[in-house]
Amino acid sequence: MRVCASADEAVADVQDGSTVLIGGFGTAGMPYVLIEALLRRGAKDLTVVNNNAGNGTTGLAALLAAGQVRKVVCSFPRQSDSFVFDELYRAGEVELEVVPQGNLAERLRAAGAGIGAFYTPTGAGTLLAEGKEHRTIDGREFVLELPIRGDVALIAAHRADGVGNLVYRKTARNFGPVMATAATTTIVQVSELVPTGAIDPETVVTPGIFVDRVVVTGAPGTPGSTEERRA
Amino acid sequence: MSSTGTPAGQLSRTVEHPDAAPLGRDELAAVVARDIPRGSYVNLGIGQPTLVADHLTADQGVTLHTENGMLGMGPAAVGDQVDPELINAGKVPVTELPGAAYFHHADSFAMMRGGHLDVCVLGAFQVSARGDLANWHTGAPGAIPAVGGAMDLATGAKQVFVVMTLFARDGSAKLVPECTYPLTGLACVRRVFTDLGAFDVGPHGVVVRETWGTTVEGLRERLPVPLLRLEDL
Repeated sequence: MRVCASADEAVADVQDGSTVLIGGFGTAGMPYVLIEALLRRGAKDLTVVNNNAGNGTTGLAALLAAGQVRKVVCSFPRQSDSFVFDELYRAGEVELEVVPQGNLAERLRAAGAGIGAFYTPTGAGTLLAEGKEHRTIDGREFVLELPIRGDVALIAAHRADGVGNLVYRKTARNFGPVMATAATTTIVQVSELVPTGAIDPETVVTPGIFVDRVVVTGAPGTPGSTEERRA
Repeated sequence: MSSTGTPAGQLSRTVEHPDAAPLGRDELAAVVARDIPRGSYVNLGIGQPTLVADHLTADQGVTLHTENGMLGMGPAAVGDQVDPELINAGKVPVTELPGAAYFHHADSFAMMRGGHLDVCVLGAFQVSARGDLANWHTGAPGAIPAVGGAMDLATGAKQVFVVMTLFARDGSAKLVPECTYPLTGLACVRRVFTDLGAFDVGPHGVVVRETWGTTVEGLRERLPVPLLRLEDL
């Protein structure tokens, strides 16, 4: 694990065409500082995996507006303030893969755990499972889902120590722990970095083995106001 | 701890209230709350289902799950309680109750899929007589599909309750022989609560449990599905 002096340094080698896992549910746990750095980095043709498709004009929405995203993989693109995505999608300028939320989490988990594929009941027999292998197990219908692996994961956590152990805060945890396991390079923005040994080992949520780079950003960083973040 | 309660609202005969007014949103939420078994772990969907929380009583001992990663969710946050890192699935700031727990998304959805969640309450565009649910996508041209956790909840919760109006704005029935909108889940809904009546759906078809502002006969004239009474079973 490497502590980076800046978010720009942390994302400096993100390549065009990468699959980028971005943590956060709505704005909680959204790694704004890392996304802004990715915006400056200018990597394009990205496939972005997030629960949503951006809120307002900041974070993922800004990345979309800059034309850096080729495809969004998410469970819930349509929100009251997802106008940036909505316009791009309707104009045919961004691809969309809608994945049931639990399948999204489990596909990421599978990637991180080295699972080749798994059968899930969620979505079986629906539009979102069309063309996918179905199988009846113990009288119940299941659908085969494949892992989602990232080249890079950008996540936010509350606290890291010197070896990359992470703890999160409240519902900002959401996709962080699974995404951290599922990418070749996991980059984390944290509110604070504490000395190694200062996090009780019993309370570590993401062990440092899953973390490659940490950037300290101070308290939850966002360019928007609290009002904007609440959407 | 797992729930040990028995299903509430165990009626043996269909109850008709022809002289009552159709239920308003809050009255309907209260009726749903009454049928949630004691000690249940419950997930309330976004919108009308969220109102059910206001009618759960303390002695029901219900624990609320929010799929973004929390058990023991409390009421909406106000004033200084607002914390952008503590939100519900509708992205509304909420509070935590004593005994609350946070967890990541894979665990949260394992709670549903693994059969640990007792009840979820969802809204719907349509429910079929055998309990198919359509609530995520109208399939209309230009509509942006968004599913969220609806399919996971519909498939995973031990009991799926639906709360909706019985008729759409255009007057069409939402309790139908076969859903015409894209499905969320197949044969997953147990009970449907509407402004005009509460129904059980499943392999037996549609059974009317209770009516408001109408009778079983009145509903038979307006709905495109055969209706049974509880005493017919």
